[in-house]
Amino acid sequence: MIEQLSWKVGGQQGEGIESTGEIFSTALNRLGYYLYGYRHFSSRIKGGHTNNKIRVSTKPVRAVADDLDILVAFDQETIDFNFHELHSGGIVMADAKFNPVIPEGKGVALYAVPFTDIATQLGNPLMKNMVAIGATSAVLDLDAAVFESVVVDTFGRKGAQVVEKNMEAIRAGAQYMKEQLDGSTKTMKLAKADGKRRMFMIGNDAIALGAIAGGARFMAAYPITPASEIMEYLIKKLPDFGGAVIQTEDEIAACTMAIGANYAGVRAFTASAGPGLSLMAEAIGLAGMTETPLVVVDTQRGGPSTGLPTKQEQSDLLAMIYGTHGEIPKIVMAPSTVEEAFYDMAEAFNLAEEYQCPVIFLSDLQLSLGKQTVEPLDYDRIEIRRGKLMNGELPPLPDKDNFKRYEITPDGVSPRVLPGTKYGIHHVTGVEHAETGRPSETAANRRAQMEKRMRKLEHIHFPTPVHKQLRHEEPDLLLVGFLSTRGAIEEAMERLEQDGVKVNHAHIRLLHPFPVDDVRPLVEKAKRVVVVEQNATGQLANLLKMNVGHADKIASVLKFDGNPFLPGDVYTKCKELLAQWPPLKISAMM
Amino acid sequence: MATFKDFRNDVKPNWCPGCGDFSVQAAIQRAAANLGLEPHELAVISGIGCSGRISGYIHSYGFHGTHGRVLPLAQGVKMANRDLTVIAAGGDGDGFAIGMGHTVHAIRRNIDITYIVMDNQIYGLTKGQTSPRSAAGFQTKSTPHGSIEPALSPLEIALSAGATFVAQGFSSDLKELTSLIEEGVKHKGFALINVFSPCVTYNKVNTYEWFKERLIKVSDIEGYDPSDREMAMQTVMKYDGLVTGIIYQNKEQKSYQELVPGYSEAPLAEAELKMSKEKFAELVAEFM
Repeated sequence: MIEQLSWKVGGQQGEGIESTGEIFSTALNRLGYYLYGYRHFSSRIKGGHTNNKIRVSTKPVRAVADDLDILVAFDQETIDFNFHELHSGGIVMADAKFNPVIPEGKGVALYAVPFTDIATQLGNPLMKNMVAIGATSAVLDLDAAVFESVVVDTFGRKGAQVVEKNMEAIRAGAQYMKEQLDGSTKTMKLAKADGKRRMFMIGNDAIALGAIAGGARFMAAYPITPASEIMEYLIKKLPDFGGAVIQTEDEIAACTMAIGANYAGVRAFTASAGPGLSLMAEAIGLAGMTETPLVVVDTQRGGPSTGLPTKQEQSDLLAMIYGTHGEIPKIVMAPSTVEEAFYDMAEAFNLAEEYQCPVIFLSDLQLSLGKQTVEPLDYDRIEIRRGKLMNGELPPLPDKDNFKRYEITPDGVSPRVLPGTKYGIHHVTGVEHAETGRPSETAANRRAQMEKRMRKLEHIHFPTPVHKQLRHEEPDLLLVGFLSTRGAIEEAMERLEQDGVKVNHAHIRLLHPFPVDDVRPLVEKAKRVVVVEQNATGQLANLLKMNVGHADKIASVLKFDGNPFLPGDVYTKCKELLAQWPPLKISAMM
Repeated sequence: MATFKDFRNDVKPNWCPGCGDFSVQAAIQRAAANLGLEPHELAVISGIGCSGRISGYIHSYGFHGTHGRVLPLAQGVKMANRDLTVIAAGGDGDGFAIGMGHTVHAIRRNIDITYIVMDNQIYGLTKGQTSPRSAAGFQTKSTPHGSIEPALSPLEIALSAGATFVAQGFSSDLKELTSLIEEGVKHKGFALINVFSPCVTYNKVNTYEWFKERLIKVSDIEGYDPSDREMAMQTVMKYDGLVTGIIYQNKEQKSYQELVPGYSEAPLAEAELKMSKEKFAELVAEFM
């Protein structure tokens, strides 16, 4: 019996690798297992190696597994590319069609299974994926029937015959594999899961659902990897709420349209990735200057320029904090789990309205696209708070006076009225302006308005700016990260603890304004601090040094090869850093 | 009932005396009053440049945005509140250079707003550089030997992009311009109104006199039918774009808002932001 399994299916892009992983993992999720998936893919539709690595566990998991128990290969390239991940006792099941070979001497068993032949005999060679799922079920000692509900959901609309054919393919794969398994290969029987039905979703699903729950009723966006799923979900669902999505001509239009809609009173947003955010920089400045609420999602991917469009990276951080000309109040937030992505996205709309400024909601490719089991989401936790938005009738103004939309107030936030409101007329401009919104370039007004805008975030209320796991009063090591590295850091932390290292963990959820008061004591009490992040220059580490100091005890573990951090990466590099502390080099690159 | 005076405010425009933009300002104020609007029911969204200041010179809601992005801003406003009358306004550089991508797509999208371009064939606020509307050979600070690029034709572009309302006016004819704006606002869809609005400081070629000698009204062309797109295109090409009036109008095409599935009849800004627990459970169940 095993508590955990790591399974990977690979082949050429466009031959159903994604749906194989999808059907396999959805079925296991329905049995109550916790799943964590990561897709390796390229920016093309057909051809090129792709794989889907799925971790199955009886307990929650939030990281890609270090190694592999089972590899399902539809071509030799899949074996060549992924074999190194298999541990001794692992299994390769490969399509007999291409006469698969594996390197010798690692204790890995190879089974050449006629995936394609069996599928062809059953009437459709495309069902080779189902045969592979069946073969897997034999190794796991799972009844092929567990896949039935997913097969019905996937193929039901094509008719009962298609469903039955696919089930037949699964059963045939299971039967064939059962006959091949001899005493030399252990079956990998998973310990029973708790049978609870949980959600199984990608981060982008949670972001999109969080947006609707948070009252977003308009979205303007331009397609881009890895953000498009957010727009696609809203296109499907917003008609139920009277809302609309416009696919714009570019990201400048998307961001500006969202600003126009927010100005007129709708909770509106856009979502993109680095290249789109670069184009939006000027518009984000407009929202800051005009104090218009705005939510922008940045699902980070490998940069710069087109970079690695389908790969994991966290290199937009400083650009998101500083990326507009001039100085504006801005909130940059970063959830550390899919559950948080849901709640935080809803909250982003509250913050945007309460502080009347742009909110950048950061994600990264691993969080946005990794499909995983998600704990139940509680809609009762969602609040709608609209800040100083004026409701109802306003008193008449003196003749032709403007409403003081930019009134100087103690907290810097001014009353806001929506266009269409009687006695609320005011001007809005990206030019420096006085309290009524009319342009003004006087030095006194400039100082007053600049200070007012900057004052807004001095006392920002953000419920959990840092996710903390504090086990020790004075730890040997504080691990710091943001976004999807949380799982890898948590697992590395356990291994380091087993080695006798006292470790605390801080995952930053509010990156700007930086939660100095929350983070400083953690850094002060730690002997050493290692910041784990997916970029080449240590952006979060630099932000930490800038805000809390202690540069002499902060080192970095960096990874920027496009692949997610594995728990073993973090563990090994922390060990290396601790062995040579103070570090000769300030960072340990992967 | 509001009169055009109710759409005036006490801000003194920073336009040069004699600037064509004064007439556009007056025409918007008159058209708004003639349409029976109250000042708070109108939102004037403007771009950057001399012309972009217009939203600050009208007593109504106004948003002065970024250079070239007046149309995305205005479309967002209209999508959020379909009861507002939204007029977008800007210059030829704003709409046909930096913002051309948005102009073409706003035209084909056909959201129910009115877009007025104050076309002076030059960049005024930056003190006299060539515009995409400057004719080949036109000498400016940025084209001291004369522009070597041909002028683009906004009317031809609009017609080929699927416009449902294309009109052209002239600052010297306030009456016609006011009526064009009224018709543009009444049109159910995107209305483009290009206005020859001379720059008296930097454009010494395309002056009031120059236009008066050349412009003809389409209503004076015998048999002119503004619902005939082919005739509209031929006429624009024949007269090198120097025509005024409603050049083309398609009254059959539905506006974008009428075609969006499920789009709220009431202003979206008034939408309920909460949902029932049952609805949430239904959304969640799809991920099980």
